[in-house]
Amino acid sequence: MQRHTIAILVNDQPGVLTRVATLFGQRGFNIDSITVGGSEEPGLSRMIITTGGDEQKIDQLMKQLYKLIDVITVTNLSENAYVSRELALIKVNASPSQLAELNAIVEPFRATIVDVGPASLIVQVTGDTEKIDALLVLLESYGITEVTRTGSMAMARSVVPVPANV
Amino acid sequence: MSVQIAELQGKNGLPPVKFGEEVSGAETLLRCLILEQVEYIFGYPGGAVLPIYDSLYGSYFKHILTRHEQGAIHAADGYARATGKPGVVIATSGPGATNLVTGIATAQMDSVPLVCITGNVAQNLIGTDAFQEANITGITIPITKHSYFVRDIRDLPRVVKEAFHIATTGRPGPVLIDIPKDVSNAVAPFTYPDQVEIRAYKSAVEPTDEEVQAFVQAISESKRPVIMAGGGIISAGADQELLAFAEAARIPVINTFMGLGGFPGVHELALGMPGMHGSYTANQALLNADCVIGLGARFDDRITMGRTKEFAPKARIVHVDIDPAELGKNVSTAIKVTGDVKSTLKKALPLVSRCDSEEWIDQLKKWQEEFPYSYKKDGDVLKPQAVIELLYQSTNGEAIVTTDVGQHQMWTAQYYKFKHTRSFLSSGGLGTMGFGFPAAIGAQIAHPDRTVIAVVGDGGFQMTNQELAILSQYKVPVKVAIINNQCLGMVRQWQELFYDNRYSQIDLTCSPDFVKLSEAYGVKGLRASTPEEAKAVWAEALAHDGPVVVDFRVAQEENVYPMVAAGNTLDQMVLGDE
Repeated sequence: MQRHTIAILVNDQPGVLTRVATLFGQRGFNIDSITVGGSEEPGLSRMIITTGGDEQKIDQLMKQLYKLIDVITVTNLSENAYVSRELALIKVNASPSQLAELNAIVEPFRATIVDVGPASLIVQVTGDTEKIDALLVLLESYGITEVTRTGSMAMARSVVPVPANV
Repeated sequence: MSVQIAELQGKNGLPPVKFGEEVSGAETLLRCLILEQVEYIFGYPGGAVLPIYDSLYGSYFKHILTRHEQGAIHAADGYARATGKPGVVIATSGPGATNLVTGIATAQMDSVPLVCITGNVAQNLIGTDAFQEANITGITIPITKHSYFVRDIRDLPRVVKEAFHIATTGRPGPVLIDIPKDVSNAVAPFTYPDQVEIRAYKSAVEPTDEEVQAFVQAISESKRPVIMAGGGIISAGADQELLAFAEAARIPVINTFMGLGGFPGVHELALGMPGMHGSYTANQALLNADCVIGLGARFDDRITMGRTKEFAPKARIVHVDIDPAELGKNVSTAIKVTGDVKSTLKKALPLVSRCDSEEWIDQLKKWQEEFPYSYKKDGDVLKPQAVIELLYQSTNGEAIVTTDVGQHQMWTAQYYKFKHTRSFLSSGGLGTMGFGFPAAIGAQIAHPDRTVIAVVGDGGFQMTNQELAILSQYKVPVKVAIINNQCLGMVRQWQELFYDNRYSQIDLTCSPDFVKLSEAYGVKGLRASTPEEAKAVWAEALAHDGPVVVDFRVAQEENVYPMVAAGNTLDQMVLGDE
């Protein structure tokens, strides 16, 4: 099953997330990750959803999404080059004395330590999914007590023509 | 703001509507409905819609008080299917709203335009699990074309305007408007927008010239073409265009179940219905065609049997549909045309030439003669198929016929040759028992001068038979034909064929005496148990100036044939007992 990253521009209406998420469920798709936030235009939000399915099924899903009245555009970013990022906060069992050592580990990842407590600290990292997974492996030996990750945020690279808003 | 009388578009008899006047949300709603030319409202009052019902009191609207909200929405659906105009239904919050759910899903599956108005508790109570509170917009998201929760009276006119526009344009469907009680009670100056602006929503889909050319080209290259005409022909009002097109190009026509009436069933090019209980000829046509032209048909699994790779194996499939998501959804399609079938056929008609299809048509005619729908006649035993034949002959195919779901539905589709569009109303997609009788009420209200027959089973009728009260109260002369085999016939058939005659929970011998039940509601009741009685009783029913319920006691163990068993392909058709 192929992975797909789909960008959906929607009216910023109450219930619009439910409509989109319900449609995925109704059509038998699992949502691997979903991020929603503002867009370049007031009143519109952009959702980035990652899911799996073969070309024919994803094509059908996109057509079904277009049928929702609050959906403005649907783009399958995976069809072209795109940039994808997620953000993670990772709480690690470590004391302030280990700060330098941990800094040395997270620095190549361009991650930062954003909170230090008596027995734990929080690492903030952004990047693609693989990079965050790699950092988690490295931090594992210290003992990770809590992880929170956003889903993928994504955008087509600028070589891809921007679809005109309908 | 100055008060002025609005100019009303269209129909006479509509009361004038004043703009600019301070009115309640309830009154606002009703003025919007007048401007949308709504005449009939089907509904049931309750706490959260009290302001709306108070405004309705003494108003111009004709309100039909059903005995259950499910009856109201199926009646509104029948009205919409019979007229092409949107059906309007009102229900209260909570249980009133949830009682609409089956009807909304039924309309969604069959692309029927409905505007469903529900009340809700006041906004300060929303989310508190208040008395009779239900999140009906949330509940109905998967079964509506769109839905609205109105938070502010100032949004209400725009919402109503959009709701009617969305329900009736593009691929039609049900739209729900949920109005909390405080919005119904709020006051604001009345306005109504002239136009609808919904970004990205395409209300009219025109095919491109290239698409139409490819469509015509594919037909010209075929020797064994067949049109499969679906419900889209009826919702687009394209029956005349289809007739002209099929005759000009000499292409035989299969009507899908939802498409029955979209092409005259008595026409020399008509092949009947395809699929699980379709005609031998229609299925052979699909198996042998070199070009299948789907017009407003969705290649449902009751036709493809879910075996989409083996479906129409020799054919290029051409598909015209207003909904782009239908193209290639179920079967792989050689030529896709996104468009309203009516405008597509209009554009294609001047371009199409007569096909070299006479040999093919002759072959199809031979099959029709050799393998018609048939059943074993058995002396004094009343066969259900004979009842449908009687209904057909006695009305010369001119009645509006509604059905529930099951054996009687399939026999109606097989033995009643529908001549006119919007004359066969049945729950095709969802397969809703209890649909037929209230839908007949809606159809009869829309067409008071036509004969409307509700063909129902003894099972389905008992799901909504409380609406018998409507027949008396509003003098609705529906003729109800109960095909009474004292069991759930289609379930019985499947248990016989696939579950080794283990008849689990299908026995309806303890049903009420339908004649007495009808009389209890003030409706004439009649009964027939033999072919002779059936003829006499049905003649009496048709002659009676008012509603009649006829209890046709038919052979219990009759099965619907032909049949393609689930999981088989169209070439594995069982022709039946005879």
